[in-house]
Amino acid sequence: MTVLFGIFLLTLLVITAIGIVRSENLFAAVMLSGIFSLLMAANFFILDAADVALTEAAVGAGISTVLLLGALALTPMQERRNRAGRWVALGVVTLTALMVVYATFEQPRLGDPEAPVHQHVAPWYLEQTPALVGIPNVVTAVLGTFRGYDTLGEVIVVLTAGTGVLFLLGLPGAIGKRQREDLASGRSYLGHHLIPQVVGQLLIPFILLFALYVQFHGEYGPGGGFQAGAIFAAGFILYSLIAGEREALSIISPRALMALMAGGALLYGGVGVVCLLLGGSFLDYSVLASDPRTGQQWGILAIELGVGISVAGVLLAIYHAFAARGR
Amino acid sequence: MASWLDALSYLLLLGGGAFVLIGGIGLLRMPDLYTRMHAASLTDTMGTLLVLTGIMLQAGISLATIKLAAIGLFLLLTSPTATYALSNAALMSGVRPNAQWLDRRPEP
Repeated sequence: MTVLFGIFLLTLLVITAIGIVRSENLFAAVMLSGIFSLLMAANFFILDAADVALTEAAVGAGISTVLLLGALALTPMQERRNRAGRWVALGVVTLTALMVVYATFEQPRLGDPEAPVHQHVAPWYLEQTPALVGIPNVVTAVLGTFRGYDTLGEVIVVLTAGTGVLFLLGLPGAIGKRQREDLASGRSYLGHHLIPQVVGQLLIPFILLFALYVQFHGEYGPGGGFQAGAIFAAGFILYSLIAGEREALSIISPRALMALMAGGALLYGGVGVVCLLLGGSFLDYSVLASDPRTGQQWGILAIELGVGISVAGVLLAIYHAFAARGR
Repeated sequence: MASWLDALSYLLLLGGGAFVLIGGIGLLRMPDLYTRMHAASLTDTMGTLLVLTGIMLQAGISLATIKLAAIGLFLLLTSPTATYALSNAALMSGVRPNAQWLDRRPEP
C-alpha cells in the first residue's frame, strides 16, 4: 500500500515539476511549487518521517510560497524568454538524470533492513537515546544533542540568510529614520474585508498556540524549533495581511525582530558556553543538572527554544523586508 | 455494533470520495473561473467533511477523533474564507463572470 501511494505521489510530483518548468507565468510557477512541497510532505509522511514532513509543509508549502509571492510583487509576472544556451542546459540535465538513474541501480530496496543507512549509526541512536537522553522522539534527540553542532550550524545558516536579505532589501524603520506612521502608508491589505478579518482574528490565537505546542512537544512527538518558528511566523504574517504592515510592526518592532533573529542563535550558543563553564564539553548538556538525563532534556528544551526564536525572527524579518518594498 | 458503524463509515467515505470526484470534474468542465471555484468548493466542504467523519467513525472515541474534529472545524473556517479571498481578488483584477445568458434572457 505504501508503495502504491508512493508511486501515485511521485507521479504527481513529476507532473508538478514539469508544470513548474513549462509555466511562463511566474505566479502559476510559485503556486505549483507550493503544491510540489505539499506533495513532498505527504511523501515524507508515508515514509514515516513525520518531523521532516511537518517542516516541509510549514516551510516549503507555507512560508516560502508567501515569500516567493512577496518577491513576485517586485518583479514582472511573466518569465522572460531566453533561447540562448538551451541545448547546453538540456545536455546538462540529461547527463545529470542519467547519472541519477545509474546511481539507483546500486540503491538498496525501499525499507531494506540491511541497507547501509540502517547499519551505520542509526542502531546506536535508537539504543542509546532512552539511556542517555530519555525522551521518546529519537529525531529530536539526534537533532538536539547527538548532532548539536550540525543544528547550531543550521541556525547560523538561517541567521546568515536573513541578515543577507536585510542587507539587500532593508527592514522598514530599522534603516533610516522614517516615522512609524508612514511605514506602511499606501500599502494594500485586507483590512476592509470583513470575512478574512473576522476569520483571521479567530484563528491567529490558535495558530500561535499550535506553534507553542509544536515547540514544546518536540521531545515527545513530531515537531521542534524549526517547525514551530515557521508556524509562529505564519501566524504573524497572517496578522500583518489582515491588519496591515504598520500594526504588525508596532507589535514586533523591526528592532525587536533583529533582536529575535540574533537572540535565538545567541541562546543556542550560550547554552554551549554554559556547558563549558560547568565543566563539560561544548553543547554537552549532561552537566546542566545533577542527573545527566535531566540535563540533556533541559539542554534540548533550551536550544530548541533558541532555534524557534531565531527561525521565527528571520522569516518575519524577510517577509517584512519584501512587503515594505511593495510596488 | 461495530459492523453497522463500519458500514456507515464506508458509506461516508464513499460519499466524500464521490463529492471530491464531482468537484474535480466540475473544476475541469465548468466554463469560467467563478463556476469552477463553485465546483472546487464542493471538494473543500462536503468532500473533506464526509471523509473526516468517516475516518472519525473508524477511529472511535479517541484522541485521533478530537484531532480530526479540530481539522474539520479549521477547514470549515478557512476554506470559505480562501474561496472568498480568491473570488474577490479575481473580481478586483478584472475577471468578469461569464453571464451571457443574462443578456439572452427574454424580456419579461
